[in-house]
Amino acid sequence: MQISGAQMVIEALIAEGVDTVFGYPGGAIMNVYDEIYKQDGFQHILNRHEQASIHAAEGYAKASGKVGVAMITSGPGFTNAVTGLADAYMDSIPLVVISGQVPMSLIGTDGFQEIDAIGISRPCTKHNYLVTDASDLPRVLKEAFYIAASGRPGPVHVDIPKDVTAQIAEFNYDFEVELETYKPHVKGNPRQIKKAIEAISKASRPLFYLGGGIINANAGELVREFVHKTGIPAVETFMARGVLSHDDALLVGMLGMHGSYASNMAMSETDLVIGLGVRFDDRVTGKLSEFAKNADVIHVDIDPASISKLVNADYPIVGDVKNVVTDMLKSVDKIDAENYESWREMIANFNDLHPLTFHEDTDRLKPQWVIKRVGELLGDDANISTDVGQHQMWTAQFYPFSRSRQFISSGGLGTMGFGFPAAIGVKAATPEKVSINFTGDGSILMNVQELMTAVEKKIPVINIILNNNFLGMVRQWQTLFYDKRHSETDLSAQPDFVKLAEAFGGIGYRVKTKEEFDAALKDAVAKNVVAFIEVIVERFENVMPMVPSGGSLFNMMLLEKKETK
Amino acid sequence: MTENSERRVVSVIVINEASVLSRITNLFSGRGYNITSLTVAPIPESKYSRLTIVTSGSVRVIEQITKQLHKLIPVLRVYEHEDIVEKEMALVKFPITENITDIDTLCQAYNGKIVNVGENVIIAMVADESKRVENFLKAIKRYNPKEIVRSGAVALER
Repeated sequence: MQISGAQMVIEALIAEGVDTVFGYPGGAIMNVYDEIYKQDGFQHILNRHEQASIHAAEGYAKASGKVGVAMITSGPGFTNAVTGLADAYMDSIPLVVISGQVPMSLIGTDGFQEIDAIGISRPCTKHNYLVTDASDLPRVLKEAFYIAASGRPGPVHVDIPKDVTAQIAEFNYDFEVELETYKPHVKGNPRQIKKAIEAISKASRPLFYLGGGIINANAGELVREFVHKTGIPAVETFMARGVLSHDDALLVGMLGMHGSYASNMAMSETDLVIGLGVRFDDRVTGKLSEFAKNADVIHVDIDPASISKLVNADYPIVGDVKNVVTDMLKSVDKIDAENYESWREMIANFNDLHPLTFHEDTDRLKPQWVIKRVGELLGDDANISTDVGQHQMWTAQFYPFSRSRQFISSGGLGTMGFGFPAAIGVKAATPEKVSINFTGDGSILMNVQELMTAVEKKIPVINIILNNNFLGMVRQWQTLFYDKRHSETDLSAQPDFVKLAEAFGGIGYRVKTKEEFDAALKDAVAKNVVAFIEVIVERFENVMPMVPSGGSLFNMMLLEKKETK
Repeated sequence: MTENSERRVVSVIVINEASVLSRITNLFSGRGYNITSLTVAPIPESKYSRLTIVTSGSVRVIEQITKQLHKLIPVLRVYEHEDIVEKEMALVKFPITENITDIDTLCQAYNGKIVNVGENVIIAMVADESKRVENFLKAIKRYNPKEIVRSGAVALER
């Protein structure tokens, strides 16, 4: 059929099964928005800033496992979106982002709202396209969805000049993607898998090192089975929270800079690291030369470039975690769970020595208590997103996650302002769950305009603002490493968060006690509306334990021991 | 760089399409890899082009370079060469007043010749391994070369 480029975009999105598009219109993308107006195949959610559109699409993608879609205009519309693209790229989130571009005749002339969009998005996308002819659009869009979701997922950016969206051409979407130069390696090498199983059966202190790749591969259940059948203890990265349930006896905890003492000690004492969908990030490993120093390394990852990038893999296995673990499970009987009894005891002792905890020793509420309390009240019924900073680490430490895709946060890029729009996307993808965004008094202001989006579309996100009147994480580093010179981190100048929420049509609560908090959360959940719950928390609380930047995992700053109240 | 850095020739076969070269050079600059030289030309009767990149780095860096190159969608193949025939061309312009016979003899020793003699200048060409081209350029210094152009290396596996 002969249709316009703009109509092709709509037809392709519907054919891809897209039910929600996040975006913001503008001059160069108007032809496409005109077609959005005419269609009813998907809903469009109008964010109030393009960065938020991308984060919302990320939240949607992470919660649903589908490709997130965002649509923006040229120039500033696109540049506003760049942070989101970079965030999605770092965290391997499948997105298709469609941007308008000035007409072909104006490209290169410094036209109004012109910017070299694909030049800018190149280093922060998995792939990108400038479409110069409408007849290329079906192929480009189909490839974009395929590339975004396959292999190591990531964002794909499609830039379409305005005249191309007006151009009429033949549309046929019924074909298979064939990319001679892109063939992700999904099946693990059987010989390598066999060797890895042998190594596990011979190890005396093996340790699972579980990463976000497991969630991307939808391999959470399989990994649980693998862990339980082998009886091997497991540590999770920040990105893997929820792969094992919080109450799993074999889950040691989160490792890394703010990981638990037991997790980091286990990683330091293990003789065989079994890395699944991990990338040995510097926030995880600490000082590389001391990381798992006495261990051999099995590394399973879909991205060959992740293997032996930072830590040499003795057993490299390139493949989709789901495929590889399926194959490994076939010979799991070679592994005897009883062999690791003393190792499990050793880890239990580490945990007894310095458990992950906090002290309720001040008049003000402790932020960790708030997070634990939400876990007690909502637990599995909530999907949790966060912004970036102290509250993010406390959430990763203290929320009782019980499943994959429950925890949505900006890991690699550490983007403040991620949480609220992401939570909107999460709620759009999983309306049956309560959508909680833990945020700080710094982060929330970075995309606070999304109150309007959420209120307009009746997307009831509950933002729990842990207010310490500080840019807390930077303040913590200043306290610890800059001799308490709290340069530009005192955020005492603040809006009235209750009135702010109300001004947009949401509900605001300000709470100072446990009772007030419980009442506010229950009220917000019951009313099912967009809410700010501002919790006044202890100002100088630090995230502990902590591996100072560049330090060794076994050399942690620990919480001072004292009797809790 | 703490580990030993070594010179490597990497060949990359890419789809000959818009902005593919900037994908490659962006990757090098973004990840802090070196490019000593880079040549690119279409492969006859195909939709592909071949890039020859001379780079340097530790074994780990070179491995990352090939893996990261391979991740780029339009990249078909990456060869990290071990046993290769490598050639580079250089053009040199000399004043007409220099000894043309000496220059010609030198060129011949480096697989080259004088390719143009005009009113004011002599232009000579050599094509040889990069290291030998460097030696040639040292040897001709005394003939006061006015301009030197190097092509960058091209290579084929044996």
